[in-house]
Amino acid sequence: MDYQITEFLVERDRERCTVCRQCERQCANGVHHYDSKLNRMVADETKCVDCMRCTIFCPTHAIRIVKNPQTFRENAGWRAENIQDIYRQAESGGALLSSMGCPKPYPIYWDKILIGASQVTNPSIDPLREPMETKTFLGNKHCPIERDKDGRIVPNSHPLLELSLPILFSGMSYGSISYNAHKALAMAAERLGTFYGTGEGGLHKDFYPYGPHTIVQVASGRFGVEPAYLNAGAAIEIKMGQGAKPGIGGHLPGSKMVGDIARTRMVPEGSDAISPAPHHDIYSIEDLRQLVSILKEATGYTKPVIVKVAAVHNISAIASGIARSGADIITIDGFRGGTGAAPKRIRDNVGIPVELALAAVDRRLRSEGIRDRVSLVVSGSIRSSADVVKAIALGADAVSIATSALIALGCHLCRTCQSGRCNWGIATQRPDLVARLDPEAGAQHLVNLITGWKSEVVEMMGGMGINSIEALRGNRAMLRGIGLTQPELEILGISHAGA
Amino acid sequence: MQQINVQGMQAEALNQMIRTSKERKFLLCGVNGQRYIGCGLKGYSITIEGTAGNATGALNDGSEIVVHGNVQDQAGDTMNGGSIIVTGSAGDALGYAMRGGEILVGGSVGYRCGIHMKAYQERQPLIVIGGSAGSFLGEYQAGGTIVVLGMHVSGSLVGPCCARGMYGGTIFLAGDKPEDLPDKVLHRDATSEDMEHISRLIEPYCHRFRLDKESLLAHHFSVLEPNSSNPYRQLYTYA
Repeated sequence: MDYQITEFLVERDRERCTVCRQCERQCANGVHHYDSKLNRMVADETKCVDCMRCTIFCPTHAIRIVKNPQTFRENAGWRAENIQDIYRQAESGGALLSSMGCPKPYPIYWDKILIGASQVTNPSIDPLREPMETKTFLGNKHCPIERDKDGRIVPNSHPLLELSLPILFSGMSYGSISYNAHKALAMAAERLGTFYGTGEGGLHKDFYPYGPHTIVQVASGRFGVEPAYLNAGAAIEIKMGQGAKPGIGGHLPGSKMVGDIARTRMVPEGSDAISPAPHHDIYSIEDLRQLVSILKEATGYTKPVIVKVAAVHNISAIASGIARSGADIITIDGFRGGTGAAPKRIRDNVGIPVELALAAVDRRLRSEGIRDRVSLVVSGSIRSSADVVKAIALGADAVSIATSALIALGCHLCRTCQSGRCNWGIATQRPDLVARLDPEAGAQHLVNLITGWKSEVVEMMGGMGINSIEALRGNRAMLRGIGLTQPELEILGISHAGA
Repeated sequence: MQQINVQGMQAEALNQMIRTSKERKFLLCGVNGQRYIGCGLKGYSITIEGTAGNATGALNDGSEIVVHGNVQDQAGDTMNGGSIIVTGSAGDALGYAMRGGEILVGGSVGYRCGIHMKAYQERQPLIVIGGSAGSFLGEYQAGGTIVVLGMHVSGSLVGPCCARGMYGGTIFLAGDKPEDLPDKVLHRDATSEDMEHISRLIEPYCHRFRLDKESLLAHHFSVLEPNSSNPYRQLYTYA
């Protein structure tokens, strides 16, 4: 017996509904269908995920998806979600699978930090009339001046990534997202003068031309990794962990291993692709150094190497080790970071907020005098330009966005990526659904979003009297906490508002 | 052929010398743990005398690397093509995520040999081990073939946890079924068809190491293969 109750109800205004069946055509979950006996549309609400595709495509605005008001008997300890999860596991014996980032009401520190502004004693800058520098370089900037025997300076700088503004698109694999979504990200990265990441699914041959704006990833399963792939990208990212599922690996089910995805990962069609939690050649910082060196050797020391880790306890000690491994950039992914599929208990209970991790890491690297050896990129819930400004003032060199980028492409955060039936053509491989996302229009949306954010970033910088990202970086004097406890303020390294 | 005496040389300098030279054939003498030799190279022929360091031939893209001696850990990591021939023994994680080419080892290998090894279309990687293998042989193996010949081995042919997480490819062992085989892996005694297959696989090995193939094939062989290519299908339910 199935004890589940439907999460959503479909409310259909019969006055407005013209039985055009558009909702039926749009819904890949099979919620809507036409009942010829009744001559009206009916809904199987058990299948609804509230992705809002039908609501938006209904030409007469006849559909509304609402949360099922049916409540379990009130109980502060046993909430509906706890009870429903037990029913589901009692029925299936499976581990709960979910997607996107942690949705639990843990503190969001971005929303408890306020940005400063100049008044009287320190002039603000009008970004519309004065030059504002948003260009950012990522990589190892530790190059002591060396001279040859004739006194000439020996060029010894390390390879750097040049970004027109401190925002990148995070790695999302081809497989977890669609060809068209990848194409939109690649095109937008090129137009914006920034970078997007491949995730661990390899790089589709069609996207090699975007290589100068691509960060290629090496994960534990090494799918799609070969010298040509490494050399195609502008930088190489070693994925040690991911905010949505720290400590565990990835698993693309065989059902998604079809056509070009299998070709790109270089795995037979229909086979699972398992990336276990650890790299089995990395059990220590010394081992990490070895993989960093292998990748640099294979690419002739021409590309920066990024090490991506999840924000977890002791992150500052971990980052200190990574900074000594020869890596050029550390990406820290907070526990709100998205994913195409993660065990629910891990997504909701493992990891820490990226704000705390960032502040702790920046402080640790500074105190050890090695901050200039690595750039810090943070990701996992950067939702607006204000989050970008706060992250940089807390010590980040740049931020990386994925959920925000997918929302710009039409994602409605229904959190069911794992089903592969994304009605918006993003987290799916069904050709009819993928075709719903126009890469050109998607790229334009991404460019628009980042252009808008850039205007806001320079406006906030101008307000603080700061005219370059460089001067904002780690500038905690520009931040104040609101409603934070003393330990929180200490970790963030900021004063309370009013001080 | 360029001969380099690498005694006391740092690995980075040695590899840069190889990468920037016009020569494609090298004889490296006095190698003593230098790492990453031949990393990511295509169309090279490198002969190593001494002990090759970690990650020898990593990302090998179609070069022949011959080691007269032993290699340390992670030789042939993510190797794409070409060959690595080791007259002595190899350390841990030999052929990690190897996707093409062949690794022939005269002696024995350490832990986690062939982990994540995978095959794709014409790229069918092969590891042949003359002696025995350490624990976790063929862990997460997704494709390709590993042959363990067990020559001059008195004890067990493979260490504990052989084929853990294996979901593709084949392991041939010149011996009996490992005792702790996971239930996701099937064991069978080699059939005459299997023996013909093994015979073809070890032909170049026997030629290279001047071994009598027939006497090797006289052994009883076990065949290990996964019983499903989707081992985790039943693991999850949707929340």
